Amino acid sequence: MGDLLESIRNGLPLLLEQVLNGLQLGFVYALIALGYTMVYSIIKLINFAHGDIFMVGAFLGVFGFTYWHLPWPAAILVAMAGCALLGVLIERIAYRPLRAKGAPRIAALITAIGVSLFIEYFSSLKFVFGPNYRVVERPFGDFRWSLGGVGISSIQLLVIAVVLGLLLALQYVVYRTRIGKAMRAVAFDMDAARLMGIDVDKVIAYTFAIGSALAAAAGVLYALAYPQIHPFMGIMPGLKAFTAAVLGGIGNIPGAVLGALIMGQVEVMTAAYISSEFRDAIAFSLLILVLLVRPAGLLGKAGPEKV
Amino acid sequence: MLQVRDLQVRYGAIEALHRVSFDVQPGEIVTLIGANGAGKSTTLRAISGLVRIAGGQVIFEGRDITREKAHRIVALGIGHVPEGRRVFADMTVRENLELGAFLTPPEKVRENMERVFERFPRLRERQNQLAGTLSGGEQQMLAIGRALMNRPRLLLLDEPSMGLSPLLVQEIFEIIQEINAQGTTVLLVEQNANMALSIAHRAYVLEAGRIVLSGPARELRDHPAVRSAYLGEAARAG
Repeated sequence: MGDLLESIRNGLPLLLEQVLNGLQLGFVYALIALGYTMVYSIIKLINFAHGDIFMVGAFLGVFGFTYWHLPWPAAILVAMAGCALLGVLIERIAYRPLRAKGAPRIAALITAIGVSLFIEYFSSLKFVFGPNYRVVERPFGDFRWSLGGVGISSIQLLVIAVVLGLLLALQYVVYRTRIGKAMRAVAFDMDAARLMGIDVDKVIAYTFAIGSALAAAAGVLYALAYPQIHPFMGIMPGLKAFTAAVLGGIGNIPGAVLGALIMGQVEVMTAAYISSEFRDAIAFSLLILVLLVRPAGLLGKAGPEKV
Repeated sequence: MLQVRDLQVRYGAIEALHRVSFDVQPGEIVTLIGANGAGKSTTLRAISGLVRIAGGQVIFEGRDITREKAHRIVALGIGHVPEGRRVFADMTVRENLELGAFLTPPEKVRENMERVFERFPRLRERQNQLAGTLSGGEQQMLAIGRALMNRPRLLLLDEPSMGLSPLLVQEIFEIIQEINAQGTTVLLVEQNANMALSIAHRAYVLEAGRIVLSGPARELRDHPAVRSAYLGEAARAG
């Protein structure tokens, strides 16, 4: 008995460190998942290019603080602005024409996959980002502090602070601003929103802009935390974040954050206590398991989908 | 005020409206009556820009709005209370009304909300309640109040009596008459032809996407074809 307590006491700091690692990963996923869920809530489209916007954001941010010599907060802002523009452009060129023609949802979905592949392979061209891995040189030192035996790194603090700040900002935009109210109205009932005088195309453009900016911030943070970037780096985090959004209930903003935090913990805990080879398998199994029990996701509304 | 000329709407290969023409004069209550599926809602949705118009013209106050987008049409002064109310169920009554004033200059919103609350005292009492928790009658009042927030000059009403008790229908129709008396022109779509004809000045009968009859509401009430088809006389005659 005494031995057990002893081993728990010894294991606790490690566990708490893993919780922090999971939180760091989960917070990054949350920023990506929000874009999936916001776009889905409004136009019922899984924007498969979203993970690639995350990748472009990572490149812009890293270019910002290495080649353009920007302070890192400015680099994040530049990446966010650039990707907001990119997101709006993709919506305008690829998705809006389909919507205007009343194309079936499957056409939009296939277009999204096409856009995703295009961004990945276009970025791989030598005169764009190039096909190779690049090692990221962090613009600040990697400090570690010990809080009662639990180590916390400067990157972790940065990720947690930036994500919390962005979540609060998003909360403010969605619930307090005119465009946020319009978004909620369009998400609930697009035609009714039109009858209020809401310009639905404009709201959709804003949604892509905000979602893409959040993905860009996630990209830069990811590049700082796991310092390596390449044109296909968006695929796996994009898929994980999409899974997180479905896990939490696609279309539901708090659900996306909750799903992402769970994904982060499951991945890190699996890697730490079982085997890092199983991290993806277990994370995705969890998705299947949850959907079997709650098809609408953890916070999603049950019942038939609103058309 | 509103002229609809040869309006055509298609859903895929199906033609929902075949050259529908009618007009609404300022200050009137005009009603479109007809059976389920006759094209009444489609007509309103075409005027509001919610469905694509395949042919014909819609003129509002001398201006061609046939190709205008829905939000622009709202800005021009047409309010539309859709079928089934379509209130934002997960928002409060007040938030619903604020959305109705999306295009209203901020300094006017208070005043307009006060007017809506005066007309619908129950909405004032329930202003912080979620719209989804209101009764059917209250939701209908909210839907109408929401459309009034932008002070439309023309109000399109789609089946306001749907699913309401006779007493509530009476109340809603009295309110529609009051709104009209205070200067808002009304285009009313109803399956409850009896009630619609009792408050309307003029009426059009829509059948399978065509206008088959029109005239002063009082005359249509006494028209044998209308009586048998829409006022339930045939069933009684057995």
